Amino acid sequence: MLSPDILFAAVLNGLMTGAIYALVALGLTLIYGVLHIINFAHGALLTAAMFAAFFAHRLLGLDPYVAAVFIAPLFFLFGYGLQRFIIGPAAHGDDRNILLVTLGLAVIIENALLYAFRADTRTINLPYAFDVVEVGSAFVALPRIVAFIAVFAVALGLWLIMRWSDTGKAIRAVAKEKLGAELAGIEVAHVYAVTFGLGTACVAIAACLLIPSYYVNPHAGNAFVLIAFTIVVLGGMGSVAGALIGGLFVGVVESLSGYYLGESLGQISIFVMFILVLLFRPRGLFGERA
Amino acid sequence: MRRFAPTLIVMALLGMLPLITSSNVVLNFLVVALLIALVGQGWNLLGGYGGQYSFGHAAFFGTGAYVTAVLQVRYGINAWLGFCIGIAASALVGALIGALSFRSGLKGSYFALVTLAFAEVLRIIASVAPVTGAGVGTLIKLDLRPEAFQFQSRAPFYWIVLGLVGVSLMLMRVIEDSRFGAYLVAVRENEDAAEALGVNTTVVKLGAMTISAAITAAGGCFYAQYFLFVDAGIAYGPWISIEALLAPIIGGVGTVFGPLLGALVVKTLGELAKLATGDAPGLDLVIYGCVLILVVAVAPRGIAGILSDLRQHVLALRTAVAASLGRGHG
Repeated sequence: MLSPDILFAAVLNGLMTGAIYALVALGLTLIYGVLHIINFAHGALLTAAMFAAFFAHRLLGLDPYVAAVFIAPLFFLFGYGLQRFIIGPAAHGDDRNILLVTLGLAVIIENALLYAFRADTRTINLPYAFDVVEVGSAFVALPRIVAFIAVFAVALGLWLIMRWSDTGKAIRAVAKEKLGAELAGIEVAHVYAVTFGLGTACVAIAACLLIPSYYVNPHAGNAFVLIAFTIVVLGGMGSVAGALIGGLFVGVVESLSGYYLGESLGQISIFVMFILVLLFRPRGLFGERA
Repeated sequence: MRRFAPTLIVMALLGMLPLITSSNVVLNFLVVALLIALVGQGWNLLGGYGGQYSFGHAAFFGTGAYVTAVLQVRYGINAWLGFCIGIAASALVGALIGALSFRSGLKGSYFALVTLAFAEVLRIIASVAPVTGAGVGTLIKLDLRPEAFQFQSRAPFYWIVLGLVGVSLMLMRVIEDSRFGAYLVAVRENEDAAEALGVNTTVVKLGAMTISAAITAAGGCFYAQYFLFVDAGIAYGPWISIEALLAPIIGGVGTVFGPLLGALVVKTLGELAKLATGDAPGLDLVIYGCVLILVVAVAPRGIAGILSDLRQHVLALRTAVAASLGRGHG
């Protein structure tokens, strides 16, 4: 058995990783909550944003945390364009088509990156990457603490947007009653695209928070996407609080099962959990009735 | 027999190819295209006719491939027998996954997600379990005898995979005309209405999933014998799940010949991309992705749909011409 100190360190590390998962899941759940689609291109968009953060540092010398200020709006526009000009028109409003279009986008983005940058794995070296902070009896890398705090700041910002801004009100109106919102003069296609853009911006910020302590290659985002699906299903599709709590929970479960079962088999615990939740409680722990 | 005529003609024509060319490049291309057509046939039954889009058909392809390979290498079982057991094992996996997900009422994107997750779980297990050769994979020993399902030239492989595709085409034709096929289409078009009319939709979907898994598994078993190597990324990797749905959707979803047409077109596009740019990784898949979105956007019925539209146009044109000629004489 493990000593309490190691257990504490494992849980703490799980919470740090879980925060990033939560942010990726937040984007996914936002898109699901409004558009009612599962965005299979989410992982590929994360990879693209990681490359953007990588090259912002390599070519422009920008610190990833600074680059986030530019990359997030850029990806917001990218996501907006994807939904407005590709996914929306191509899918003809049919769920099965949307699945296929987002899957097609994932294949295109991932392989365009593979074609452009080859399969090499890249990392960036930052002076503070290996600084550690003492938390109780454990040590945590500084970038992970920054990420943890930033995720909650982003979640709060998102909540404020949704709660108080006109755009946020329009998004919530469309999510609740699409036809009614349309009759009230809200342009649904625009709101859909804004939502998709916001979800993509979440992923872009997650990428900037990840890159100081993680690596990037054309498949890097895939490791997160099934985990994000798990969180979204676990937390209830469309639930923001569910995504946050689910993300932290999954991070801890992964960290603990990694200690007990070993790195590669530890991944299974997440998928098994995913399958179990899908089979027995597909609306999740916090979700509204489907 | 009349309903099988188109299938038999296509099979006979394709079957004569090795007599015309002995080029390994051409035969290898066709074997791979037919293999994808076979895998797509499996997906098409469940996804095309039944409307249940699976994103994890790798689960069935991989199970077929691994069972065929592992039975031979570790247990000394005959390759042909291993081939049949592989198909049966995969059908069982399909029935199991189907029973779990359909009983919980999963449909649409939830169903796509759960199939994806099952394929991933199997991939991770295969990459760590000793029996599958873990990360190294399983290599089938070279033994060029027909009894061992290995041949000197590519032609016999070609005929075998062509035969498998032919059988699956005829099976699809039989299902199309059967009560089961009608139920399946009813489930796709409106599941609640089908249920209300007394169709046991869970049983219908379960049957489709089991047969679908078996057909796709035949592709996996054949893959193992043809390439003599299987590892977790090949057998259970996302690439085969994508190929499985790409071929039928591009060819014409829910049509008998859709997967075959789609596989040929997709593989030709891939080869052309390679010719144009050298062996650059990724570019062929970028093209597949674009074609997938284009087909969904402008031709939701795929190539088969375009062809049938064209035929309608030609027929209409011919009628119009005949009518105007008739007026000219009168």
